[in-house]
Amino acid sequence: MKKELLSGNEAVARGAYEAGVTFAAAYPGTPSTEILENITQYKEHIYCHWGANEKTALEEALGACFTGARSMASMKHVGLNVAADPFFSASYLGVKGGLIIVSADDPGMHSSQNEQDNRNYALAAKMPVLEPSDSQEAKDMVIEGIKLSEKYNTPVMIRMTTRTCHSRSAVELGERETPPEINYVKDFKRTMLLPALARPKHVAVEKRQKEIKEFSNQFKFNHIIEGKTRVGVIASGVSYQYGREVFKDAWFLKLGMPYPFPSKLFREFASHVDKIYILEENDPFIETFVQLEHTGKEIIGKDVFPLTGEMSTDVIHASLGEKDLTLKFDLNSIPKRPPTLCAGCPHTATFHNLSMQKLNVTGDIGCYTLGALPPLNAMDTCIDMGASITALLGMEKACEKAGKELNAVAIIGDSTFFHSGITGLLDIIFNKGKTTVIILDNSITAMTGHQVNPGTGLNAMGEPAPRVDLVKLAKDGLGIEHTYEIDGYDVKALKEIIKREVKREAPSVLVVRRPCALLFRGAQWSPMQVDTSKCIYCKLCTKLGCPAITPQNEKSHITPERCIGCTVCAQVCPVKAIQFVDENGMHIHDTTLEEFMKSKRGGKK
Amino acid sequence: MKSIIISGVGGQGVLTASDLLSDVLLEKGYDVKKSEVHGMSQRGGDVISTINYGPQVFSPLPSLYETDYILSFEKLEALRNINYLSKDGVIMVNDYVWEPLPVAAGFEKYPENIEETLKKYAARVIVVPATDIAVELGNIRATNVVLVGVLAANMDIDKNIWVDIVRRKVPPKLIDLNIEAFERGYKYKL
Ligand SMILES: Cc1ncc(C[n+]2csc(CCOP(=O)(O)OP(=O)(O)O)c2C)c(N)n1
Repeated sequence: MKKELLSGNEAVARGAYEAGVTFAAAYPGTPSTEILENITQYKEHIYCHWGANEKTALEEALGACFTGARSMASMKHVGLNVAADPFFSASYLGVKGGLIIVSADDPGMHSSQNEQDNRNYALAAKMPVLEPSDSQEAKDMVIEGIKLSEKYNTPVMIRMTTRTCHSRSAVELGERETPPEINYVKDFKRTMLLPALARPKHVAVEKRQKEIKEFSNQFKFNHIIEGKTRVGVIASGVSYQYGREVFKDAWFLKLGMPYPFPSKLFREFASHVDKIYILEENDPFIETFVQLEHTGKEIIGKDVFPLTGEMSTDVIHASLGEKDLTLKFDLNSIPKRPPTLCAGCPHTATFHNLSMQKLNVTGDIGCYTLGALPPLNAMDTCIDMGASITALLGMEKACEKAGKELNAVAIIGDSTFFHSGITGLLDIIFNKGKTTVIILDNSITAMTGHQVNPGTGLNAMGEPAPRVDLVKLAKDGLGIEHTYEIDGYDVKALKEIIKREVKREAPSVLVVRRPCALLFRGAQWSPMQVDTSKCIYCKLCTKLGCPAITPQNEKSHITPERCIGCTVCAQVCPVKAIQFVDENGMHIHDTTLEEFMKSKRGGKK
Repeated sequence: MKSIIISGVGGQGVLTASDLLSDVLLEKGYDVKKSEVHGMSQRGGDVISTINYGPQVFSPLPSLYETDYILSFEKLEALRNINYLSKDGVIMVNDYVWEPLPVAAGFEKYPENIEETLKKYAARVIVVPATDIAVELGNIRATNVVLVGVLAANMDIDKNIWVDIVRRKVPPKLIDLNIEAFERGYKYKL
């Protein structure tokens, strides 16, 4: 058998291929993004696309499975909050083709706003949840999950975590199963959730869960590993791997499916041990079921192991008082390296203006959230995707009622706007809001690694796709008269228009456009330079937070390898000390990047 | 089980280097688990990739004070991970400074004498001007393969396996450049 080192996400994609999945939809979100990205390599076999958000993606997968297609929807943990509505319905509705819902949780919050434990969703919606502990299991559980789904007429949730998504381990590759025939048959009783039809479905769901619970005692991913002592460990997910490293001689109850909980298997396991350690990340999910069994054994769970952050061998040892995790070298003594907006980022000039105008700014989630950090400090709130617009509408209405002024704008990225900003804009129109909404339109989902979105003009499979024009959408579609398009590199235009629109007694939408600087890198032109004889070191340019600009001997300096010539620093410089320099060393003032590139004076670096 | 940490700044090629390394270890017949943190790495944040290998490996993560090798693409990033190194550990570091934003913006100072500090925690410290070498070879992007060469020179795995993997994994046009880069790094044996 061929073995390859795959990440958990690659393995899930491979599992979808081998399981005969023919439909996959997702919305990007770390750590889940690479699942769909990797599914695109099987696009001849699996139709796949990005949904506008997680809810649309899950509904699409559910619809696909009604036709008999084996289907998959993947998302990050908070994405399931957005998709919670169809998630609960899916449990009652059941499936025709198998349906896998992947939730990639983020213990440790490597790139998220919380660390919710989505196994709780499986419990609440009454659907089985699988937790792979490495890439091999990630692949196998997709295949077994599809079987489970079809056998018990239930969607199956797979709970990945950042560690299982992004670590690589050896995986044995297999063949693809032949997908079932696609055949949608009208069956109103099956696919409608009216109260009268849903009541018997709930009864069926409870019965199904009992059957799956019975089956969970034989399920191949739930098993006992014999030990040499009377110590036992119950573990799921990657915690199992840490456990095996630490508890060398213990008995293990490895739970690949923690819910429905295999009570019989647990009781058998418990008969061999006196003391049980439970290793799981975040909530005491398994522990709660263990406590309900009342075995009288000593249980060591979340009273000792942390509810927060990731598990690791170090965390286990430290929790047991076996290792001191105090750092010998104090990391607070060295500078951090926070991520920053890139050199040439089309979001920078907007934030510079918001900061200069000292506006209140409701923010959103994307690369542009970095505009909240120093030196720009230009964002006050970050709640969830889409909340910049709605939260500001609420703030404005509350202030208006009290007769208070609020100089504020909402700022949101294009992908986030498509995801859940549109509905907020509807609320503004409907409720006579006066909100100013700035859409930072780089025509891509940059933060999660440049996935296409409805404004890109390409689809997930790389084919040309219709492109939604944000200006038309706001102006002609929703009737927001004061909708304007502005160049993200035009500092002055941004300044004037923001100043004007904040004061306007009507809603406005400012679409700030420019492609992401990371995608624009191909064209690396002669950079900008600081004329040190002119530089008065006022630091206005360094306050842009551009990683290409650093102080050097009391002057600003531009690192040529990093500069892409966006000209924003040249525009904010009060003494015109920053300019393009062509290959002959000629200095060119007051030129836009386009003019400079057209003049062909800026050769490749 | 042995552990290696590869650290650096987003965009420097840390993940490519750790891919090469894990291929070498697999080829050698080890069980390998590799972990990396994605996310904001492209945005100039710090990046680390960790590899555990041995006859049988469970955990994908390294442990504090138990890691055998650190290969760092940038000096400050070597220091940031120093607590992981075991007292017998080897640290290989690119002689290259990339100021993080808080330093560039003048809020904080880049630490002085990093090499001296590293020496207090490591059994051996090997400093290599990998970026300079790559620039000299005509392509700054070869920095990662120079550093892979340094790692190869200081680990106990047949050189042929490394060369073979580099040949197989880099784009065909860049094979000669990368083999040269590897050889230049391979000279830094301590
Ligand atoms: C519900 C939810 N889904 C997904 C994510 C992950 N995520 C964070 S920002 C973002 C989109 C960013 O794209 P965009 O708004 O276009 O801004 P850009 O990064 O391009 O500046 C995504 C998908 C999330 N935080 N929450």
